[in-house]
Amino acid sequence: MEWVNAIVQGILTGGLYALFAAGLSLIFGVMRLVNIAHGDLIVGAAYVALAVISATGLNPLASLVIVVPVMAAIGYGLQFGLLNRVIGGNILPPLIVTFGLSVILQNLLLQVFSADSRKLNAGPIETDSLKIMPGLDVGYMPLLTFVAAVLIIASLQFLFYKTSMGRAFRATSDDGEIAQIMGLDNRRVFAWAMALSLAVVAVAGVFLAIRANFDPFMGPSRLIFGFEAVIIGGLGNLWGTLAGGVILGVAQGLGAQIDPGWQLLAGHVAFLIILAFRPRGLFPRID
Amino acid sequence: MQSATISRSTRASRIAAGLAVILVVALAAAPWWTSSANLRLFTEFMIYLALASSWNLLAGYAGLISVGQHAYVGFGGYLMFSCVLFLGLNPLYAIPIAGVLGGLIAIPVAFFVFRLKGPYFAIGTWVVAEVFRLSAAQMSSVGGGSGLSIPVSAMRALGSKSEREILIYLTAFALCIGAVVVIYLVLRSRIGLALTAIRDNEIASLSLGVPIGRIKLAVYVVAAAGTAMIGALIFITKLRISPDAAFSVNDWTVFVIFIVVIGGIGTMEGPIIGTLLYFVLRESLADLGAFYLMILGALAIVIMLATPNGLWGLVVKRFDFSLFPVGYRVRGLTPKSD
Repeated sequence: MEWVNAIVQGILTGGLYALFAAGLSLIFGVMRLVNIAHGDLIVGAAYVALAVISATGLNPLASLVIVVPVMAAIGYGLQFGLLNRVIGGNILPPLIVTFGLSVILQNLLLQVFSADSRKLNAGPIETDSLKIMPGLDVGYMPLLTFVAAVLIIASLQFLFYKTSMGRAFRATSDDGEIAQIMGLDNRRVFAWAMALSLAVVAVAGVFLAIRANFDPFMGPSRLIFGFEAVIIGGLGNLWGTLAGGVILGVAQGLGAQIDPGWQLLAGHVAFLIILAFRPRGLFPRID
Repeated sequence: MQSATISRSTRASRIAAGLAVILVVALAAAPWWTSSANLRLFTEFMIYLALASSWNLLAGYAGLISVGQHAYVGFGGYLMFSCVLFLGLNPLYAIPIAGVLGGLIAIPVAFFVFRLKGPYFAIGTWVVAEVFRLSAAQMSSVGGGSGLSIPVSAMRALGSKSEREILIYLTAFALCIGAVVVIYLVLRSRIGLALTAIRDNEIASLSLGVPIGRIKLAVYVVAAAGTAMIGALIFITKLRISPDAAFSVNDWTVFVIFIVVIGGIGTMEGPIIGTLLYFVLRESLADLGAFYLMILGALAIVIMLATPNGLWGLVVKRFDFSLFPVGYRVRGLTPKSD
């Protein structure tokens, strides 16, 4: 039963990893940009939530009403003001610029909020759990995280394939020049994609901060988890990203079950094994 | 009709080369003309210049943008500790061993990371470095997660404190100059020509018969070997190792990338300019703590936006000058006036 429990908890953790990954997958799909600061933005969103909560006394989940639009606005501004200048062509400039952003963000958070680790308190929902059978309890919070991940991915999927905004994203992704001839302003399309990505980042940040302690320097490892979920699932496939997150979560859960020191290592090893046998991921969409 | 000649150097570059030789000789003699505090600073300078040059070879010339070279720094450090602890070797002898094994381990690593392209290759190399770090933390024989210090007896083998500092400086000097010379010779060779072709247009060079895969692998392995050797030396100077220090992404990758990018990626001179600037900034701004790192990050972003070829790129654009001529120049060709 311990093993079943480890797998179930791993699946639910996978929901959080899918939340880390969805925003990354989205902007790669639209503009082939890999945002090295993605993890730091997740942690940044957690701090924004912390500030909102200490100012208003809202529950962390309710604070999303403010944190999501704030992060989306930051994303729009970041893309429009900075990242649009380095996108396209050579892959080095966007990598270095987002790398620089990552370092700036980490140290800014350190300066403003100190190195102490923090946590958001969501009240009794954090400890309550659903008893499925003896020895197998499912916490409401992990369950809620997983449901949120499924809902977000379903809405992104809907947005991509059923709305005019999604059509603009797909058109720009397929051929930026033709899309422009057809009257799309690529710079604005990219800015909306980044806004959407950071809206998802906001949700990921708040769920992360309710679940565990966070500090200014835990961004890069969130980036790596998200990245692994994207690659395992296959580039450009949002449901694949959820599957990738779940595989990563289960591998970590099983690793931790064997030896607590192996938790992270097991996740990375699962990623490398999949990379060796299915270099394009399990369900690839984009070449 | 006037005949054209092809040369690699210009008069300016020959004069500069002469001055560079004088500077190198002066640096070799540094232990005899400078204080021990300066010598330690010079050692660190050599270490960063060597790291920056090998990352530049990888990213600037072979287009392999790795953000996981700290994997090899840590690997070299741990290998040196293992040689000292388990084989009783002189720490300095562990450096060439770290080079060979660092190069060897880079081959299976390349098997994985070369499956990822472009920016995904970058993060893939970071994952590998994480795997190295977590594995080191699992090995209790080298101190596990908390690390360990080098035995005093091993350091005594290198002589008194001042003798040790001189020996370590000269090793850093040799590694650094060796790295720069090797990279210079590689770039002037056929491989250098192939690398330029790959950088300019990968598909076109493939169609002309450039064995892209083999060349990229060779460059990756050479850079890993060099980085592992420097890693071994770094932890001889530090006397203590732990997984977090050995596989520090900030110390061994972020700073190195910023140095190369600010100085000028894809040029031999860039890492030198960048390392000089890095040390000037560090010595003058280090008191600012977190702000110093923010300034460094902002500087890298500004350079990428304003002059993607770095500070040396500005010099080249303005004066058409090269300290390390790795290309060819044609002279005597007059443009046709029809």
